Amino acid sequence: MSDPYAPLEIHDLTVAYHKKPVLWGVDLVIEPGRLIGIVGPNGAGKSTLIKACMGLLPLQSGWVKFFGESFHKMARRVGYVPQRESVDWDFPVNVMDVVLMGRYGRLGVLRRPSKADRSVARACLEKVHLLPYANRQIANLSGGQQQRVFLARALAQEADIYFMDEPFAGVDAATEAAIIAVLRELRDMGKTLLVVHHDLPTARQYFDDLLLLNMNVVAFGKTADVFTAELLQKTYGGRLTILSEVAQALGAHGASR
Amino acid sequence: MNAMIPAFDPHAVLVAPWTENLSLFGWIAAMGFAVTSACGLVGNYLMLRRMALMGDAVSHSVLPGLVAAFLVTSSRGTLPMFAGALAAGVFTTIAIESIHKLTRVKQDAAIGITFSTLFAIGVVMTSLYAAQVDLDADCVLYGEIAFVPLEPMVSVGGVVLGPVPFVRMAAVLLMVGLLIVAFYKELLVSAFDPGLARSLGTNPTLMHYGLMAALSVVVVSAFESVGAILVVAMLILPGATASLLSTRLSRVHLLSLVHAAISSWLGVTLGVWLDCSIAAAMVVAGALLFALVWIVSPSEGLIARWRRRRRAVLPSALSDDSNPVPEAK
Repeated sequence: MSDPYAPLEIHDLTVAYHKKPVLWGVDLVIEPGRLIGIVGPNGAGKSTLIKACMGLLPLQSGWVKFFGESFHKMARRVGYVPQRESVDWDFPVNVMDVVLMGRYGRLGVLRRPSKADRSVARACLEKVHLLPYANRQIANLSGGQQQRVFLARALAQEADIYFMDEPFAGVDAATEAAIIAVLRELRDMGKTLLVVHHDLPTARQYFDDLLLLNMNVVAFGKTADVFTAELLQKTYGGRLTILSEVAQALGAHGASR
Repeated sequence: MNAMIPAFDPHAVLVAPWTENLSLFGWIAAMGFAVTSACGLVGNYLMLRRMALMGDAVSHSVLPGLVAAFLVTSSRGTLPMFAGALAAGVFTTIAIESIHKLTRVKQDAAIGITFSTLFAIGVVMTSLYAAQVDLDADCVLYGEIAFVPLEPMVSVGGVVLGPVPFVRMAAVLLMVGLLIVAFYKELLVSAFDPGLARSLGTNPTLMHYGLMAALSVVVVSAFESVGAILVVAMLILPGATASLLSTRLSRVHLLSLVHAAISSWLGVTLGVWLDCSIAAAMVVAGALLFALVWIVSPSEGLIARWRRRRRAVLPSALSDDSNPVPEAK
């Protein structure tokens, strides 16, 4: 992990859907070993930012570099956890098959996962407490378990930087705690994690840094510095429900001090 | 008895096709198996990608490709036919994607526009160049698998491999099988999670066009014997049946082959008994198998579901393990 380059550097990134920009002028340099939350209102371009970084969407302008190189060259060092709803859970695969997909990037064409790959996959399942479910069809899992399968798959990628798109959406409290424990462990190993997150109060607890996003970067920095009523209001505009949520979160935090 | 169903002569229906008439029905059944299994294997990926209708699209739009290939090369050889079908298949795919991406028209409507137009162009071309092109509309729609044994035999080094259409279909089946084995993980991940596939360095677009190319080749080789309509059933039925029996893709593939074998045997039997189009009888047989599996499948079957529901009435049977949280869709 002695890279001279930052894990992720984004310069002047603009992404448009049907000529309508959804994200513009994003400039970011991400340091290694940080657990970063990406927060912002619906339609702020949070998922778009992730997808654009990974080359899943065409860029209108700007560039993205991973460890000083293009995504294509560094793909193996980049892990990805898509939104749970983005796949068909009736697909004829079991939990082990899905986790093994995380190893595919390391295998050449025509190569099958080896015993070593399987034992890595098992260790990753163990970490998310799903080893007993290894042979289960993925449709027969609860939402939280499905999310943990995705997390195990990302762990199996053994990447250095991870993008996660709402890993906490619709999961139970136990899963949420399990996921955050794994994320912190990865962070402590020097990995970089960018996590799209919806819930403001927990965003404050979970992340080292926050990226406040609303079509462009409103603020990026240490959670303690950017989680302010002023910046959040700037991010979310005048949405009352969110603002009261913020007030509550800030209030609760103040009271606990 | 003035029966609506022909009398069932056990010897003529069950024994004769596999003994004295084997040289005829053996090739028909073999062709049926080769067609249905090649279609079934490709069809599995269409279904996984929720593109079952693409089979319909490509099978219909292959027609103008074939006619064009005849007109350009004035030959019915395998190569011009494959080239014409491939071109038509890839063109169909591009046309559907373009309509769907560049307009407000959704994908299902884009498929509908493309394949009906191309098929109509094919029909116009067939009538316009009727003198040059020896294609008959019935054959295009339903095929004639019974003609397979009448085609010239191919033999290599004195070993008879079979009639030309069968050998061609078997080669296509072999190619499809090898491609699936070779690109198993790429096909799997790009169908399950295109985002992850791309991030792993697999190009889902390339896989999509590769699949469509394979589909075109399979469809064109199956075309003559089963026609444009029945080929659609053969693309979907094996995998649909298999997916009610297994939840592992590798097993779904194997079960599709079993389905193909049983439906071609049963199809010949039905065809002989009812004296009807054997290709159509094979599809009916395949559909009967689907219905049977739907009823008796141990995991998905109606009987199993009914039993589970009865058991679930007892609250003690409800546990986190056996009752996953239903997905909000």
